[in-house]
Amino acid sequence: MKWRYLKQHIFFGMVRASALIITLALGGIVFYIVYNGIGAISWEFITKQPTHSMTKGGIMPAILGTIYLTIGAIAIGLPLGIASAIYLTEYAKQGRIVRLIKVGINCLAGVPSVVFGLFGLGFFVIFLKFGSSILSGSLTLGFLILPTIIGASEEALKAVPQTFREASLSLGVSKWQTTYRIVLPNALPGILTGSILGVGRAAGETAPIMFTAAAYFTAKLPGSIFDEVMALPYHIYVLATAGTNIEATRPIQFGTVLVLVAVVLGIDLIAIIIRGYMRRNKRW
Amino acid sequence: MNRQTKEIIIKYIFLLFALVSVIVLGLIVFSLFREGLPLFTEVSVKDFLFGMEWYPTYDPPSFGIFPLIVGSLIVTLLATFIAVPLGVMAAIYISEIAPQAIKETLKSVIELLAGLPSVVLGFFGMVIVAPWMQETFDLPTGLNIVNASVILAIMAIPTISSISEDALYAVPREFKDASYALGATKFETIVKVILPAAMSGISTAVMLGMARAIGETMVVLMVAGGAAAIPESLFDSVRPMPASIAAEMGETPYRSSHYSALFAIGIVLFCLTLAFNLIADYVSHKFRQIGSGTL
Repeated sequence: MKWRYLKQHIFFGMVRASALIITLALGGIVFYIVYNGIGAISWEFITKQPTHSMTKGGIMPAILGTIYLTIGAIAIGLPLGIASAIYLTEYAKQGRIVRLIKVGINCLAGVPSVVFGLFGLGFFVIFLKFGSSILSGSLTLGFLILPTIIGASEEALKAVPQTFREASLSLGVSKWQTTYRIVLPNALPGILTGSILGVGRAAGETAPIMFTAAAYFTAKLPGSIFDEVMALPYHIYVLATAGTNIEATRPIQFGTVLVLVAVVLGIDLIAIIIRGYMRRNKRW
Repeated sequence: MNRQTKEIIIKYIFLLFALVSVIVLGLIVFSLFREGLPLFTEVSVKDFLFGMEWYPTYDPPSFGIFPLIVGSLIVTLLATFIAVPLGVMAAIYISEIAPQAIKETLKSVIELLAGLPSVVLGFFGMVIVAPWMQETFDLPTGLNIVNASVILAIMAIPTISSISEDALYAVPREFKDASYALGATKFETIVKVILPAAMSGISTAVMLGMARAIGETMVVLMVAGGAAAIPESLFDSVRPMPASIAAEMGETPYRSSHYSALFAIGIVLFCLTLAFNLIADYVSHKFRQIGSGTL
């Protein structure tokens, strides 16, 4: 065999190996977590309060807290994100303001999660006096996922064919009605599946809620949006690093990790499957 | 109100929503400086950035973050060395070589990897990788630079791979066809034609991957070991900047100088990632491949 072809074979081997390593990394991590965590999972684990200073009982308050924070983040990030994307794709003309907005979005997407945490602490918790609460945590997470939602929405809006808009406008329909009645409904499935990936991120983030919402233990379930909550990611971190009896809570740690991974990857997987289905059955 | 006025009002309402991202960015800067700047009435910027001792709770305290900066840079660089070859090669595999079915699966795998919460990866590194590493290599601790870098690399791979893939995908077909027509093998076409044409996109991918790694918190908090000293070997513990903020913020009194110092670290971290992102933005605009050069 000629040297040129041998080189190609070696290169292709390396390329395939990298793909394999990445797949094995994901598979390995998920396998270890499922293998170690499955034993802890039971109906009580998911529905009961923790007891015996976290060494027994369930993690229901943490699951509930994560659900609250995620819903809060969606309530803030989704409307703002869709509205931003509508401006950028439907209304904006190329120019300074659009360039400024796009650079702003890119920079926001690059802000480290711990800096978001500091921002949430400095601005929502202290400056606006919301305290460490569901509200502060949701706002922080909502702005954290805003760039993801804007990106997904922009892509979905751009995918709606220009002829749809032209047909509507030529009937004398105003721009706003065209956007609201024609463009948005056609783009909505794409917007939602794209945004789900951002939602998964909000559910799994730890650093932004550490100083803005999360508590190691709350005696009661939260009664209002100004209460602190327990949350799955923070629960994992505290149990694994700062608990009073780290070894004794190990099974609970693995169980909590498994629940979090199942929630986050479950959300992502649903989005990926729906998106694949939509791409295959596209009507235009 | 007539239709035209209404339309104009609606347009400006949407503009206002679109400006929220810029406003939030401004508020982030405002909050960081409002809480962080008071430190510099006590410590000079030079002593803060280049001071060798981080003893925030001693009396008198010492706020030198140089060991933390070194810690951040070293884990980021090592993670980049691991993640770039793997990420770029996976992108080449997906865009140029893999059959359709494998391609779709691999893209989903990378997306799921991106979705793994950082605290889960940190937990994995801490509970599974660290004890294994400690035993296998007979180290004093498994929580060290190498472990943290490997886990960070796993986090950076999806960013690098998916952006590189877009860049490779955007290379015009004519380039490949011309190369094949001259008798080049697939390997030669990839290395000498496609990769150079996609280089600006791949550089952007690398910059964004590094920005992701330097700002990542939970992994370095749980896996890097937490020693605020300049490391002497790759198996030493370090305390990168995000880890310091996350670990110490809970224990520090409100508006103490330690509290301000943590916000000041936040300013440094923000500026570093902003620089990475702006360079990435500049590279992707400046060196964009325009046109396909056909006759």
